[in-house]
Amino acid sequence: MYRYDEFDRTFLADRNREFRTQVARRLAGELTEDEFKPLRLMNGLYLQLHAYMLRIAIPYGAITSRQLRQLGYIARRWDKGFGHWTTRQNIQFNWIKLVDVPDILEALAEVDMHAIQTSGNCIRNVTSDPFAGAAADEIEDPRIWAEVVRQWSTNHPEFTYLPRKFKFAVTGSLQDRAAIAFHDIGIRIVGGPHGTKGFRIFVGGGQGRSPYVAQEMKEFLPQQDLLAYLEAMLRIYNLHGRRDNLYKARIKILVNALGVDEYRRQVEVEWQRTRTEGADLPADEVERIRAHFRAPALADRPADFAALAAARSNDPEFDRWLRRNIFPHRHPDYAIAAIAFKEPGRPPGDATAEEMERVADAADRYSRGDLRVTYTQNLVLPHVARADLIDLYHELKEAGLTGGTPGLVTDVIACPGLDYCNLANARSIPIAQAITDRFADPQRAEEIGDLRLNISGCINACGHHHVGHIGILGVDKKGTEHYQITLGGEAGDDASIGTILGPSFPAEDVPSAIENIVGTYLASRTDGEAFLATYRRIGARPFKEALYAKR
Amino acid sequence: MPNVLTANRLEDGVVVYLGNSGEWVHDLIAATVAENEASLAILEKIAGKSVAGRHVVGVYAIDVDLSNGKPSPKSVREKIRAAHRQTFKDLTELEIS
Repeated sequence: MYRYDEFDRTFLADRNREFRTQVARRLAGELTEDEFKPLRLMNGLYLQLHAYMLRIAIPYGAITSRQLRQLGYIARRWDKGFGHWTTRQNIQFNWIKLVDVPDILEALAEVDMHAIQTSGNCIRNVTSDPFAGAAADEIEDPRIWAEVVRQWSTNHPEFTYLPRKFKFAVTGSLQDRAAIAFHDIGIRIVGGPHGTKGFRIFVGGGQGRSPYVAQEMKEFLPQQDLLAYLEAMLRIYNLHGRRDNLYKARIKILVNALGVDEYRRQVEVEWQRTRTEGADLPADEVERIRAHFRAPALADRPADFAALAAARSNDPEFDRWLRRNIFPHRHPDYAIAAIAFKEPGRPPGDATAEEMERVADAADRYSRGDLRVTYTQNLVLPHVARADLIDLYHELKEAGLTGGTPGLVTDVIACPGLDYCNLANARSIPIAQAITDRFADPQRAEEIGDLRLNISGCINACGHHHVGHIGILGVDKKGTEHYQITLGGEAGDDASIGTILGPSFPAEDVPSAIENIVGTYLASRTDGEAFLATYRRIGARPFKEALYAKR
Repeated sequence: MPNVLTANRLEDGVVVYLGNSGEWVHDLIAATVAENEASLAILEKIAGKSVAGRHVVGVYAIDVDLSNGKPSPKSVREKIRAAHRQTFKDLTELEIS
């Protein structure tokens, strides 16, 4: 993990002192709301339907047990006892009082955390592969470069007031688990000539009102050139990005208006002009950062396969957990364990203070105090010895945290929706709860297999509905909540945007509609064929015909 | 019309409504209902002073239904706000039609 140095801590303390003063000035009437709003947003503080919402950055989703415990403390002391993992690998607290925020920011700073750049038209929290540093298919740990980008982009004077918000994702594995095709800039670590490593750069991806799959910007960028090249990309965007129209201000619109070839040409000219000016880090600084992410020394811990086999045969729930929640680690004696905050009925991604503390304890005991937040709103313990899996399972089960299963229809991604969000048109959480209740039988959910179902309460798409195999978008239809269904989205490799299936449904009809779609899939799939593969093979028509036949 | 004025309390963001004595109340039932433009304008003047006095932020009028003899919100969004409802560990289900 990256550890703050004195410079980082002093910067954060100064920034928190500044915001404490700004809050006091607002409460004293020295600042109007119009004057205060941009200041609070720069510190991650929104005013939502019921209260202030504080969005806290978890850089590239990496968090320590100590930090997680502190989040639990914040939830208990200053919120209503729970928090919400977001699709940007952050956490949000939904019931925050303005008067408490300076103290909360101080509590965060005690564990090297903050809420800076989680809002506003700046470079937002960099996201990455939640399996970073542990994945069996990893070329290089992407957290090194996510941290390089984080440091470069924090308080970057030129890019603090961009035309619109700007999102980076970095992945270093063969499988994309960071949805890089749906970021303003997606970075993929790849092998280069003569054993070197570099980056394949993508640009202009995103969801929201105008969804785009990112286009390739550069096939291979040597590692030492990263920051100067990114700076050139941002500079051309900052220069030409539209500030006259909120809906056309993202880089995806610029890239598609100019054409990626012309955008690339302009970036190359700017890069050649400025690359010697010093944005790129000296090699020793990269090495200093790299040292923070050195792989932990994991002792050989061969699993007792007889005990595991016996536990699997005695307990079908453990067997399922082992099949679905455990992923390969680069060390054969170890595994990556996922904790899905998605058991039927739970608001997707919500975690109580006690659960945060229990997971932090488990991380200390079994995963070297290391945890990750996923953009699917779950947590990951990245370094669990296979010999400890039975104990870990029982500990998580006692905490009520083994009922969620990653990747199944019940692993719903959902934004807070109209239950909390000022921008939403419709609620997301009750729809997610109704669907997960409908598919609550774990055996049936597993028989259905891999199926990503995502729900957004408005077109801003925080719930990633565009990239759900089944996507659900809440719309306001003459004052009532309706839900539009899309099929065929995919966030990872072979990325695609879902296609709208037909007219929207009222809330009460959504679970049956999803049941109908799943039924069409089950009737059409060939052996072992996952939902997305079936959809891509047979197209939308059979789904449409079955779904709308009776309407 | 009819309307009620709503806002968020500045110091904690809690949803409030302008009440009968010019105070901001938590419960929509205790809100003052404006049945015409003239009475709405009077309420807005009172609310403006509350904004200047740093009691509330983001004042706006909502449409309410009085058919049950008490104001109830017409929109889903305002029904959710009026319920002050959290979604987790809260067994109070909100009936929204």
